[in-house]
Amino acid sequence: MKTMVNVALPKGRLGEKVYGMFAAAGYECPSILEPNRKLIFENEAAGVRYFWVKPSDVAIYVERGAADIGVAGKDILLEYAPEVYELLDLNVGRCRMAVAAKKDFRDNPERTLRVATKFARIARTYYAGLGRDIDIIHLNGSIEIAPILGLSDVIVDIVETGKTLLENDLEPYETIVPISARLIANKASFKFKSAEIEAIQRGLAKEVSL
Amino acid sequence: MEAKYPLKPEERVLYALRGLYRQYGYSPFKMGKFEEYDLYVRNKDFLVSDGIITFTDTDGRLMALKPDVTLSIIKNARVTAGCVQKLYYNENVYRVSGSTRCFKEIMQTGLECIGDVGLYNLCEVISLAARSLELIDENYVLDISHMGVVSALVDALGLDADARQGVLSCIAEKNADGVRKLCPDGDIDGILALIASHGPAAQVIPALMPYCDSGAAKAALDELQRVTDALAAEGLDKISLDFSIVNDMNYYNGIVFMGYIDGIPASVLSGGQYDKLMQRMGKSARAVGFAIYMDLLERLGDGERPYDVDTLLLYDDGADVAALARAVRQLTAQGKRVTAQKAVPEKLRYREIVRFDSRQGVLN
Repeated sequence: MKTMVNVALPKGRLGEKVYGMFAAAGYECPSILEPNRKLIFENEAAGVRYFWVKPSDVAIYVERGAADIGVAGKDILLEYAPEVYELLDLNVGRCRMAVAAKKDFRDNPERTLRVATKFARIARTYYAGLGRDIDIIHLNGSIEIAPILGLSDVIVDIVETGKTLLENDLEPYETIVPISARLIANKASFKFKSAEIEAIQRGLAKEVSL
Repeated sequence: MEAKYPLKPEERVLYALRGLYRQYGYSPFKMGKFEEYDLYVRNKDFLVSDGIITFTDTDGRLMALKPDVTLSIIKNARVTAGCVQKLYYNENVYRVSGSTRCFKEIMQTGLECIGDVGLYNLCEVISLAARSLELIDENYVLDISHMGVVSALVDALGLDADARQGVLSCIAEKNADGVRKLCPDGDIDGILALIASHGPAAQVIPALMPYCDSGAAKAALDELQRVTDALAAEGLDKISLDFSIVNDMNYYNGIVFMGYIDGIPASVLSGGQYDKLMQRMGKSARAVGFAIYMDLLERLGDGERPYDVDTLLLYDDGADVAALARAVRQLTAQGKRVTAQKAVPEKLRYREIVRFDSRQGVLN
């Protein structure tokens, strides 16, 4: 029986783009593009089984071995620090993790900086590196509103085009780290399916446009 | 003895491992559940997780539920020139589990070889690690790395402490793109080769030779060659080299290794040489050891039985108790697992159902 590699793809635009790279690399599964609500798709001949999961959950599926490999944003990898291999930078879904604030914001180093974010760990690591004392306010969405209402001084969030920030009178202040989608692998799966996983990795590497 | 009532996987493995370690002259080490907190604070970075459960003892000392066994063993080690002290243990440790961020009780089995550790001892411990995995499941992989090779190649880049740590993390993640970004102008061919090469020693070592042709890197690669040769001579063929094992260099040096079992998503075995930890704890000796995380073995499917009992013995309210007890004894004497009930319990899986009548005994 052919060894099947389970692939967790992030639902949404990025996932579809990434599936395109898998397909171009010879791992297509035509039924995946049919408009229905199925979540699992399989191409036994190519030895791959895809499933769509919430983007922020991909790392969990891979870390716990339900998926052998997956595609996750660097933001998720930095935030949750899952025990996985990061095999390839797919160079899609590019954006950056940045600090943003109101246009008239003046940083006062004498005071504890209040930081609103979904990415508490990234923010904490970044400011610890600067030796800055901060107060993390963990939010789950609509982060941009926090500085407007005075809930926080700055926000740490993903910035793609900067349009949402602009519309809310905010501006990016500093870039913490550039973000893009990465191919990740479960550490144990990599030992037992290394030939298959590395073949996929090589195939995808050819599809990465720099 | 044919196991009539199969052991759970972790019980079966524990029993087999104990036999294996005793055969090689390892003696059991039993320790208390608590240690002084101070021991762990001094060696905080050695611990796998940073959370420790603490409490105040009756005399005011701050105590900890032990998060680790190795430190306690080293503390108690007696070192004699020319000899090694060989110990094995099976203990519960208390740490924060990676994915849930909560404290968990984890059963850990392992062994430590402390003292005048030479090439033979090193090979013996690694071979015992491989054989421990084999006892768990024949479908295993033992990955070996050498911190000397990794640190020599990273040192050659001449990076500052932060960038160095960054490159080490990338090696651990097999993240070649990350290294390219960290060192856009550096001569990173050696690091990229290190990330790309994994597999049998016969393939990996020649691939790395061009980058390890002098000094510490060559010495480390030569040692790796001698160790893998010795293991191959023992017929252990599921050992492969993989340099993504990067343990803390303040404690570990030399060879480090990790074991995987097909079907368990995380490493079940982890170990290596920790001479530097010995130095830090003021012992002039070398040491090597490993630990197996027994709680992960629950994932292995065997030990699951198709039936809860062989015989379900049904009796009425008026049944004679002595006769009923006699009937149960008769059935158990035939080697059957029996449960006596007045009605059929929901979801009970039984092989046969038998009615009991006080006057006639067991009726089919």
